[in-house]
Amino acid sequence: MNVGIVSYGAYIPCYRIKIEEIAKVWGDNASSIIDGLMIYEKSVPDMDEDTITIAVEAARNAINRGGVNPERIEAVFTGSESHPYAVKPTSTVVAEAIGATPNLTAADFEFACKAGTAAVQACIGLAESGMIDLGLAIGSDVSQGAPGDALEYTAAAGGVAFIIGKEKTVAKIESTYSFTTDTPDFWRREGMPYPEHGGRFTGEPGYFKHVTSAASGLMDRMGTKPSDYKYAIFHQPNGKFPVRAAKMLGFSTEQIKPGLVVSRLGNTYSGSCMMGLAATLDIARPGDRIFVTAFGSGAGSDAFSIRVTDRIDEIRNGAPSVEELLANPIYINYATYAKHKGKIKL
Amino acid sequence: MSVPRFWRRLKNLYNLIGTRCEKCNEYYYPPRNMCPKCRRSGLMVPFKFKGFGEVLTYTVMHSSTKDYAKQTPYILAIIKLDEGPNLTSQVICSHKDIHIGMRVKSTFRRLGEESERGMIYYGTKFVPLINPSKEF
Repeated sequence: MNVGIVSYGAYIPCYRIKIEEIAKVWGDNASSIIDGLMIYEKSVPDMDEDTITIAVEAARNAINRGGVNPERIEAVFTGSESHPYAVKPTSTVVAEAIGATPNLTAADFEFACKAGTAAVQACIGLAESGMIDLGLAIGSDVSQGAPGDALEYTAAAGGVAFIIGKEKTVAKIESTYSFTTDTPDFWRREGMPYPEHGGRFTGEPGYFKHVTSAASGLMDRMGTKPSDYKYAIFHQPNGKFPVRAAKMLGFSTEQIKPGLVVSRLGNTYSGSCMMGLAATLDIARPGDRIFVTAFGSGAGSDAFSIRVTDRIDEIRNGAPSVEELLANPIYINYATYAKHKGKIKL
Repeated sequence: MSVPRFWRRLKNLYNLIGTRCEKCNEYYYPPRNMCPKCRRSGLMVPFKFKGFGEVLTYTVMHSSTKDYAKQTPYILAIIKLDEGPNLTSQVICSHKDIHIGMRVKSTFRRLGEESERGMIYYGTKFVPLINPSKEF
């Protein structure tokens, strides 16, 4: 492949709620939940933030980091499962807000937690074929978890944007491979405010089957092995799943450590795996190879093999790193969290 | 705000696009059709502000219209953009942290909505700079 990541940007709201605070409200044992999920706190959007505002901030950070002329962006795709409108694209607002309109195509993607990487693959195809100069692929979510449901401990907010193109790349995308089946492990019906899930069913037939199949499929196709990569990122719905998936595939804890931000952030759904990649690019050196596998319920996995170029050092400091976005959080209590998330209906 | 009115102002709200008079080099936000200094001899052109500035003065709103009731207490400030013009905007931060002279940058937020079924209005508010030395 002759395409790669030209620039990237992330955005995380400044508010956090601790697991203990949620557990206190529902009478759950906080330490047992923390041990089970390996998540200590999660991000919470402000009252005037949503998937669109987060996508715009991430996209602007990507444009500023790479010094990209937004008029060169000829495709904007936003992946999310919490688009503010059922009909009216998130991507048109993003395109207008970054100054990319009107000469471009735009569409919204939905595939649970992997809609963002599906958007990356669409941009790869369009850029590789020469149909577009640059493509902007975003994963952004203000994910929902019903009050008292297990998801409430992890459903967080954040977004990541990747600009895909052929020239001046900070990371070459060597190859991508996907594994998809009809697996009803998680869903949200039209008009329903909160998703439903299959509990433990989301693990083996959902996450692990798809992540390991996509990852193995890509390595088989490329003839690579885990030791060929400096870093690896697996979708992080909690802190345990990606560690176990890495172990099953033969990756070490050290390889996944830089991208494992879920314990301080929660699950940012469409932004989750992409946030891990952004955090890894923040510290990667030229020549490093990175293995990425996203997962979306429903279900499917997208795997990518990436090689970092010399240009990473030139643009790295042009926008906030994931660590800078995670720093200095403002902690809120459950009542404020409920107000921010619109759980209180007046 | 009606949908057509929002749509007409959309570019200015999303991206702080104002105007600059090429004759006297004065900047204006919101945009003006005519330079109040140069009058008919002025030459106004669109100008996109960088979005950085500082708080000139502020007030903490405890009583608001229905649209902003959930956000009280919130901060309304007059911000001097680095290019010169002053504008009034919400600053998203704790009222314990806000101070005159605080460096701020523009951010993209919801400004309001018509109703639960209606249009959502987006635009610019301001937040403190995370890292003033790096300008983000």
